[in-house]
Amino acid sequence: MKRPFTLSTAIFLATVQLASAAQADEILVSSGGGALQDAQREAFFKPTEKALNIKINESTATGLQDVRVQVDSGSVSWDIVDISAEECAIGSKQGLFEPIDYNIVKADGIDPSMVHKDWIGQFYYSTVMAWNTDTVGKNGVKPKDWADFYDVEKFPGTRSVYDHPRGNLEIALLADGVDPAKLYPLDVDRAFKKLATLKPSIGIWWNSGAQSAQLIKDGEADFIQIWNGRLAAAMRDGAKAEFTYNQGLLMADCFLIPKGAPHKDLAMKALAMFMSPEQQATFAKHIDYGPVNAKAFETGILDDADRKRVNSSPENAKSQVMVSDEWWGEHGTEMIERWQNFKQQ
Amino acid sequence: MAIAGKSHGVRIWPLAAPGIALVSFVVLPFLWLGGLSFIAGGEISLANYTRMIENSSYQAIILRTLQLSAIVTLVVIVIGYPTAYYINTRSRIAATFLLGCVAIPFWTSLLVRTYAWMVILQRNGIVNGWLQDLGLIERPLRLSNSFLGTSVGMIHIMLPFFIFPLYSAMKQIDMDLVRAARGLGASRTNAFWQIFVPLSGPGLFAGSLLTFVLCLGFYVTPQLLGGGNVTVISMKIQENITNYSDWGAASALGVVLLVIVGVLLFGASRLGARLGAQ
Repeated sequence: MKRPFTLSTAIFLATVQLASAAQADEILVSSGGGALQDAQREAFFKPTEKALNIKINESTATGLQDVRVQVDSGSVSWDIVDISAEECAIGSKQGLFEPIDYNIVKADGIDPSMVHKDWIGQFYYSTVMAWNTDTVGKNGVKPKDWADFYDVEKFPGTRSVYDHPRGNLEIALLADGVDPAKLYPLDVDRAFKKLATLKPSIGIWWNSGAQSAQLIKDGEADFIQIWNGRLAAAMRDGAKAEFTYNQGLLMADCFLIPKGAPHKDLAMKALAMFMSPEQQATFAKHIDYGPVNAKAFETGILDDADRKRVNSSPENAKSQVMVSDEWWGEHGTEMIERWQNFKQQ
Repeated sequence: MAIAGKSHGVRIWPLAAPGIALVSFVVLPFLWLGGLSFIAGGEISLANYTRMIENSSYQAIILRTLQLSAIVTLVVIVIGYPTAYYINTRSRIAATFLLGCVAIPFWTSLLVRTYAWMVILQRNGIVNGWLQDLGLIERPLRLSNSFLGTSVGMIHIMLPFFIFPLYSAMKQIDMDLVRAARGLGASRTNAFWQIFVPLSGPGLFAGSLLTFVLCLGFYVTPQLLGGGNVTVISMKIQENITNYSDWGAASALGVVLLVIVGVLLFGASRLGARLGAQ
C-alpha cells in the first residue's frame, strides 16, 4: 500500500511543480502570422527567450475583435498582441488593455505619437504607389506622386486601391494638393469629392495584403497603392513593378497587453526587450518594415543598403506622411460606413 | 394500460432526438439572432431595420444580391436544361459517364474552383490570351475582378445543383407520352414543348429554386472574383461583425435574407401545388 502512495504523491508533486514552473516562465504572444511573425521570431522572440530565460509561445490574431472576445469573456490567454495602431487607438478607448509601465519599457527614441498609456507602436509600414513596368513608364514618364495616380489622362490604366477609407482619404487630399503638414483633421468632404473623380478608373478594391501582391504580380492592375513589405516580397518573386516612397503613408502596428493577461509582469519585461534599439534594428534586417525606435538606426546593425531599403530610415521617412491613428481611432467607424456608401453609389 | 403507456414512452424518445437537435441548433439560435436584431446600442429598437431603409447602400446591396442570383439562375437554366435533356436521351452507360462529368466539379472544393476561375479569367489569363492570339481583341478584357467574373464562377459552381434534380425528374417522364404525341401528328418541337417540358416542370422548378436560394448566400466567390466591385448581403453581414462587432445589424440582415427566402419558398410551394394540380 505504501509504494503506490509515494509514487502517486511524487507524480502529483512533480506535476504541480512543472505546472507552476511553466506558468512562471512562459508567455503567449499573438501576431499576424506569415513573413511578419517569422521576422518577429528571429528579432524579438528568440533573443528574448535567451535573455530572460523564458519560453515564448506563439499564436495568431486577425485583429482587435480577437482581443475583445478574450477580454469580454474573461478568459485571456494572450500576454502580448500585435494589431494595427488604429485598432490599438480604438481598443484603448474601450479599456481593453493593461497600462504599460514605462519604467520597464524604455520609450526614448520612439516618436511620441507612438507612445500611449496602454499601447506602443512597434514597426512602421508604408502605403506606397507602385506601377506595372510592363504597361507604365515605357515612354520614360513615370508617376511621381499621388496627383499622378489620380491623373488618368496623363497616366491611363487600371487603378487598384485598398478597400478601406484609411489611407485613401489622405491620398485623395494629397492628390488634391493639400499640404502634407496640414492634412489633419482630414477634410472628409473634399477627400470623397476627389475620390469620386477616380472611381471610374478603380478596377479592383483589394482587401488583403496577399491579394494586393497577387494583383501586381499578375499584372491585373497598372497602378496600385500597396504596403511596401508586400510589394517588396512580390518584386522578389518576379513582379514587374516599380514604386516610390514619395508621399508614402507611414502607418504602424502596435503591441499591447490585453486586460487580465495571465503573465503581465513577464510580458512587460519581454515587451521592453522587443522595443530595445537592438531588437528593433534586427527586426528590420528580416523584413522591409521599419523600426519605430529611431535609435535602431544608431546601433550599427543596419548598413547603408538597409537604410535605403527600410521605409522608416531617416532618408526615406522625410518624403512620407505619418497617418494619425488618433484621428482614425476617433472617426474610423463613421468613415468605414461612409466609404461603403461611396462605393455603392 | 401502464405497460402500454411505458412502451409508448420508450418508443417516442429516440424520435425526440432529432426534434431536440432541431430546437437547440436551429430554432433557438434563430430566435436568439432574431431577437438581437431588435437591439441597438443596448436598447430595444428598430434602428437596425430603419437603417436599411434610410441608408441607400443597404438597398443597393440587397438589389445587387437578388440581381446576381437571378442572372446566375437564368443562365444555369439555359445551360443546364439542354445538358440534362441530352444526358436523359443517352444510353445508361453514356448517361452514367456524363453524370460523372457533372459530379466531379461538384465534389471539388468551391474555393479551389473559384481560384481556378481567377487564373483562367485574369488579365494575362487563358481566355484573354486566346482572344488576343486570335486577334479578336486588342487589349485584354476585364473578366475577373468584376460582376461578369463573379457570375461565371457562380454559374459553374451552381450547375450540378440544377442538373441533378432536373435529370432525376426527367428520368421519371414516360417517353411513351412524347411518342404518342408524335404518333398523333405533333411535330418534334411541339411534342417537346407541349408534353416533355411541362412534365419536367417539377424538376425544373426544384432545381431553379435551389440554385437561386443558394446564390443568395454566396460569399467566397463574389469576394474573390468580384475584386471589391460586387458587394452582396453575406459580405455586409461579415463586415458588420468584424468591423463594428455589431451583432444586431448583422442579425437584421440575416433576418431580411431569411424573409426573402421564406417568401420565395412560400410562393414556390403555392405555384408548385398549382402545377401539380394541372
